Amino acid sequence: MKLTVNEVEYDFEVDEDTPLLWVLRDTLGMTGTKFACGVAQCGACSVMVDGELQRSCTLPISTLEGRSVSTVEGLSRDNSHPVQQAWIAEDVPQCGYCQSGQIMAAAALLESYPNPSDEQIDSAMTNICRCGSYSRIRKAIHRAIREPQQEI
Amino acid sequence: MINKTINRRQFLKSSAIAAGGLSLGFALPGCAPEASSEGAAGSSDISAWLTIDPEGIVTIRVPCSEMGQGVHTSLPMIIAEELDADWQLVRSETAPVTPDFVNPLTGSRGTGGSSAVRRWWPTIAKAGATARDMLLRAAAEQWAVDVSELTVANGIVSHAGSNRSAGYGSLAAAAAALEPAMDLPLKTADQYKIIGTPAKRLDTPSKVNGSALFGIDVRIPEMQYATLAASPNFKGNLRSMDESAAKAVRGVQRIISLPAAAQESAGVQDIVAMPDAVAVLADSYWQAKKGLQALNPQFDDGGAASISDATIRAEMIAALSDEDAAVMRNDGDVAQATSGAQRVISADYTAPFLAHLCMEPMNCTAHYKVAEDGSESLEIWAPTQGESHVLNVLQRVFGLSEQQITLHTTLMGGGFGRRFEADFVLQSALISKAAAKPVKLLWSREEDVQHDYYRPTSASRFEVGVDDSGRPVSWRNAVVATSVAKRNFAAALVNGNDPFSIEGAVNIPYDIPNQTVTLKEYHSNIPSGSWRSVGSSHNGFYVESMMDEVAVATGKDPFQLRRELLQNHPRFIAVLDRLEAESNWQSPAAAGRFRGMAVHECFASIVGEVAEISVSDTGAIKVHKMICVVDCGRVVNPSIIESQLESAMIDGLTAALWGGVRIREGRIVQSNFHDYRLMRLRETPLMDIHIIDNNEAPGGIGEPGVPPSMPALSNALFAATGRRVRSLPLEA
Repeated sequence: MKLTVNEVEYDFEVDEDTPLLWVLRDTLGMTGTKFACGVAQCGACSVMVDGELQRSCTLPISTLEGRSVSTVEGLSRDNSHPVQQAWIAEDVPQCGYCQSGQIMAAAALLESYPNPSDEQIDSAMTNICRCGSYSRIRKAIHRAIREPQQEI
Repeated sequence: MINKTINRRQFLKSSAIAAGGLSLGFALPGCAPEASSEGAAGSSDISAWLTIDPEGIVTIRVPCSEMGQGVHTSLPMIIAEELDADWQLVRSETAPVTPDFVNPLTGSRGTGGSSAVRRWWPTIAKAGATARDMLLRAAAEQWAVDVSELTVANGIVSHAGSNRSAGYGSLAAAAAALEPAMDLPLKTADQYKIIGTPAKRLDTPSKVNGSALFGIDVRIPEMQYATLAASPNFKGNLRSMDESAAKAVRGVQRIISLPAAAQESAGVQDIVAMPDAVAVLADSYWQAKKGLQALNPQFDDGGAASISDATIRAEMIAALSDEDAAVMRNDGDVAQATSGAQRVISADYTAPFLAHLCMEPMNCTAHYKVAEDGSESLEIWAPTQGESHVLNVLQRVFGLSEQQITLHTTLMGGGFGRRFEADFVLQSALISKAAAKPVKLLWSREEDVQHDYYRPTSASRFEVGVDDSGRPVSWRNAVVATSVAKRNFAAALVNGNDPFSIEGAVNIPYDIPNQTVTLKEYHSNIPSGSWRSVGSSHNGFYVESMMDEVAVATGKDPFQLRRELLQNHPRFIAVLDRLEAESNWQSPAAAGRFRGMAVHECFASIVGEVAEISVSDTGAIKVHKMICVVDCGRVVNPSIIESQLESAMIDGLTAALWGGVRIREGRIVQSNFHDYRLMRLRETPLMDIHIIDNNEAPGGIGEPGVPPSMPALSNALFAATGRRVRSLPLEA
């Protein structure tokens, strides 16, 4: 099984019904992407597959042969991505567990709509945060709009 | 060997760290073995509260679990303040679970009760002051000048007379050789440079790039993965399973029964209350999950098939009339005052069991080791907020001493009280011992929803007598609730009664001369636990809803009614005045908008909130705005306070609108986020938060924002609809 993750190609053996989430976490050791519901309800496991936002907990790996995945670790290691910068500036995370997914969802939103309205933010940001960091997530997305954009 | 004598060397100890910096620790009176307080440099490093390396990086170990509340930032701010450190160079990490990091006031290690800042401030401030003093003396020695000629700011010591300066990093090694001083004066509030500022959280950078390691992220060599199914009925028994089908699943290694009876020989069945369960161990989580599906364990109903949320509510309401309820408060003569009242206003309220639903499902990694000489030890990596409780359970179940168990507290994806419990930790250790392997146990979300220790369900009856002027003169409140303390905080019981059940009811601030509060425990085989703000989460709703009923019945403005009863509580009055002004309460709300208010004190902080809502033609409630005023005494970090209040209001609004487990045939009906509704971004109201800064002793902040949000919302719903909803959730 071949899969590109954050621009690195991996070759591994795994049960073909294994969801992408568990390949990332258990097979490849990239634990930034989180498990929370397992049924694509909460978005904690959000990643990009070929540039499209996906909930990795219900994506069987067999459907992803040769495709390209990017995770929160791929945004930047040094927190230089504008969404990461905005998240730091607004001090968004509390427990932080859902934030990888929130950040990936925000990055995907800004790819589609570089200057999203509050209504577009409402529609796109459906991930659950049990700490209720939503107000700061909204502020951080608006801040990321104001900062210079760069490619994800 | 415990040495309870406090002396200078025992309290504070310094040492050089390997790289040539300063390590400063202090043994807590009565808690620390002598050996570690007088120990060699190695053990001093382990007990170090703060270290300063040659580059000037200050690392502060925090003896509290970081579960989102910001304690890994707020406590370091207090130390850094007294140290005069450069905040940009401060780092924090979770302190090891050792006697050196046990709270001196509670004698235990655990995080809850919105207590970290309150309980730790003076103790940790001294560590900062002591380190600062040593660094200053080291500079004075090096420069052959008097300490009084030195100034210090942002981690740099300066001597104006000779135009010299040095960073803490370059002084740390020399400082380590000096004797620590005790009882140094602490700063006064007017000298604060870090406390009171919105300093950035120290944990944010690692939480935006996936590098923060939570319990679920722990990986140790040769680790196997386990998941489990517990009996859907809490007292049910495992009746059948298909072991051969499970073992036919690729990667499945073992099937391990976790019988509830295993707790009995250790006498922990009541405090852990772990239901019958069976675990599958495999090479990966996914294989364990598939193995569990194939195993298809079946449990009987444990004799609880007749239990539903309707029967529970009916039984609680019936119990409100029980005459053998315990009298928890009795002021004046309620019977006489009630009979003499101009009128009596009565109402019954109920609230359901609530799940915690931490984002990170329950998990724990354990390695039960048996050495070649037969000696046993246990190493645990747990996202826990109840270390002392967990260690106690593990020691009793496995017959191990404290020295045989090493517990590492990890970051955790939410706690809310759920992670006080020992069940998931004990299960992981039992599996590891049975398998003789290091094991990471991870529950599914379904297990998490259906095997929680729920916020107690309760009922509350009020009879409030008012006089001719509309002033309440008698207050009778009967509370019926399931107990948290009877299960796992037995030391907190008062004459056998659970004080948590009446928090927020027994201590109302209102000046009503005749008051009776009674408590009757409601027994349920569905376990209850601490849930954010504990008893105040239901009593705050009941009391402040009832106050609104009194205001409506007497035709009084709800602010005015409360003010009349709070004349001896200036801090409450200040919160009310500010809340009234910030919410423009005396001006009409916008067309179609309706407001409700509530105020509540818990964990030594007072919070007042106004909810502004609209209600659609179909009855759907939209919360547009929350206005919040808090008096939590001395402010450490206003940004963290703001985020905790936002968080608490989301939690309270979610619970009030939709929260509660439904119970049919003794089982929890819901199983995941699709049927347990949680507030999302699009439903989040505008948050308008105001902090009253004063010099009062610090109060808690993680929980106090929860209780007033529920009655503020339901009081607004009454204003909008004229309908008083006395049973939560509002949108049932």
